[in-house]
Amino acid sequence: MTTTPARRDRARRSPLLTALTALMLIYSLVPLVWLFVNSTKTQASLLDSFGLWFSGDFSLLTNIRDTLTYDDGVFVRWLGNTLLYVVIGAGGATALATLGGYALAKFDFPGKRGVFATVIGAVAVPGTALAVPTFLMFAKLGLTNTPWAVIIPSLISPFGLYLMWTYAAQAIPGELMEAARVDGAGELRTFLRVCVPLLAPGIVTVALFTMVATWNNYFLPLIMLKDPDWYPLTLGLNAWNDQAATAGGEPIFHLVITGSLLTILPLLAAFLFLQRYWQSGLTAGGVKD
Amino acid sequence: MFTNRRAFLRAAAALTAVVTTAALAACGSGDDGETGTPVSADQVQAALDAGGSITVWAWEPTLKQVVTAFEAKYPKVKVNLVNAGTGNDQYTALQNAVAAGSGVPDVAQIEYYALPQFALGKSLTDLTAFGTGELDGTFTPGPWSSVKSGGGVYGLPMDSGPMALFYNKDVFDKHQIAVPTTWDEYVAAAKKLHAADPKAYITNDTGDAGFTTSLIWQAGGKPFSVDGTNVKINLGDEGSSKFASTWQQLLDGKLVAPVGSWSDGWYKGLGDGTIATLVIGAWMPANLESGVPAAKGKWRVAPMPQWTAGANAAAENGGSSLAIPKAGANNALAYGFLKYATAGDGVKIRIDNGAFPATNAELKSDAFLNKEFPYFGGQKANEIFAKSAAAVVPGWSYLPFQVYANSIFNDTVGQAYVSDKKLADTLKSWQDASAKYGKEQGFTVG
Repeated sequence: MTTTPARRDRARRSPLLTALTALMLIYSLVPLVWLFVNSTKTQASLLDSFGLWFSGDFSLLTNIRDTLTYDDGVFVRWLGNTLLYVVIGAGGATALATLGGYALAKFDFPGKRGVFATVIGAVAVPGTALAVPTFLMFAKLGLTNTPWAVIIPSLISPFGLYLMWTYAAQAIPGELMEAARVDGAGELRTFLRVCVPLLAPGIVTVALFTMVATWNNYFLPLIMLKDPDWYPLTLGLNAWNDQAATAGGEPIFHLVITGSLLTILPLLAAFLFLQRYWQSGLTAGGVKD
Repeated sequence: MFTNRRAFLRAAAALTAVVTTAALAACGSGDDGETGTPVSADQVQAALDAGGSITVWAWEPTLKQVVTAFEAKYPKVKVNLVNAGTGNDQYTALQNAVAAGSGVPDVAQIEYYALPQFALGKSLTDLTAFGTGELDGTFTPGPWSSVKSGGGVYGLPMDSGPMALFYNKDVFDKHQIAVPTTWDEYVAAAKKLHAADPKAYITNDTGDAGFTTSLIWQAGGKPFSVDGTNVKINLGDEGSSKFASTWQQLLDGKLVAPVGSWSDGWYKGLGDGTIATLVIGAWMPANLESGVPAAKGKWRVAPMPQWTAGANAAAENGGSSLAIPKAGANNALAYGFLKYATAGDGVKIRIDNGAFPATNAELKSDAFLNKEFPYFGGQKANEIFAKSAAAVVPGWSYLPFQVYANSIFNDTVGQAYVSDKKLADTLKSWQDASAKYGKEQGFTVG
């Protein structure tokens, strides 16, 4: 048992696979490199220089300052909006998925199979397909053009719920819950004190990908919001990009690029910070032990 | 990015489809025959004095200054200027809001090509009730006829885009090419330029609905005619065929740069001389000044090339109106703003900030005509634009579902740019696809 994995590793080492992985690595990194290189250029040198190398003055700091102050600092406002949507939307989605997944995994109640079918079905429906009906519904409620129109739909994550369900089923031994109950802990206490710590890797995983989904959300806010004051970064940057295509508009591609760089930094940080949870979370339930 | 945008446009078009159907169904039921109670100028003035707040959806950059001045003049009025998206994005949002019956702005910017769609869908207030008859002669003929539809006036022209030839004089001088005055000369110039410098192209084109329809317009084509819900589409008429056969020569010789307008590559080409001309609306100078500052002094303006030597025909390209959606709350106040921005003090503010007017008074004023453009080497470019505005071929109209039609332009006519298909054939496919859509929407398409 202890020697097998090592031997298997050696047998599988292949130059072809290494080369393919290296290619994938380059493929994934080139856009990032491009983004960084070009965010150091001015609008003028952006247009008359080679895309993958530096040119002209190193104006990254000027660009960052301009991005943050352009149009009365609207970028900062958009950043704040995105953070609001992520904290409440993704945070709420994670909390709901944890509660629901735990309940579905550890309690028996009538209609559980129905819930299962619904959740699995919902995983298959892309959010984009629901955006228009959601819009019409929210319009009836008078919620369009408010932050709620973005936050409420973000609270629902069928995939998160499914993942927490499988994770909770594997990670929490029924005996442990029994023991807690025998010792006199109430249901809430059992959940918070005994189960949540066991679920932590799963929670982080769900939090990470609902965060990514909300951070990158484009279509939903696009049809829900018209007031730029409530735009998340994705919509705001697109509005800046469109400015170049307007009669009398000022092209600000350099700020769009710098803004994009600033936009992905928090996500990169979150991933580097939480990646070990991410890995252990995704493989959970893959192997039965 | 590109595929995302494609996908989005499709979704937007699909949504628009739903909304247009609903609108047509509503107007077919015959309960909507009101002519509108007249609103006098005094009532509008009273609304301005009483104050209140209106929401304006527009992406046009100079409106910011107009709003500031307007609020200074009428201190009790608060204007909430919202950029709800550029062009198509904003139309989708507007259609959605109209369909949902909530969140509809009091004033919306709508391009001329999109106006019939909103007017026929009964989403806009007919402004004749406000006495727009008095504005006859205020606006240049092209834009003024563009805002009229079936006896009603559905917007006030904000700007216009009489077309002209913008060319990079350095490039023309370097290769000793004469500035073309006809389209045949233009094709010859394209060949000569590309032969002299394989990196340089006479212009860029990847298939642009606005440009194509404008050129057909100038050639005297009238491919779209609309009478109520009866629509005729004929993209094989004489004007359309003239355009197709000339432009086909440029495509066959690979003489146009495969660069999309408004992209970063486009701005680059305009700056480094690889895109040598643009035939485009008169609003372009402001874009050249801010987007291509490096080429200052190199560009010049000339009249649009002609289809017949010695003729003097022009067309409009782009341009927007300000309209009042029906569901808006305060129409009198909204009209007060409309008039201020399009025919009042707002016009001068907008021109000073680089917009191109649609009003006769400004187009004929000496200050305007004598303005020297340092960007064009001191040339008095407005003289050329004003002549173009006066020479716009009358009688043009867009489809009442032009927004959708333009959204499928690249799927049909775009084929001629990337395959062996002929432009004339792809125009026919565009016609068929548009007609099919029109029928689905309840129009009688002949």
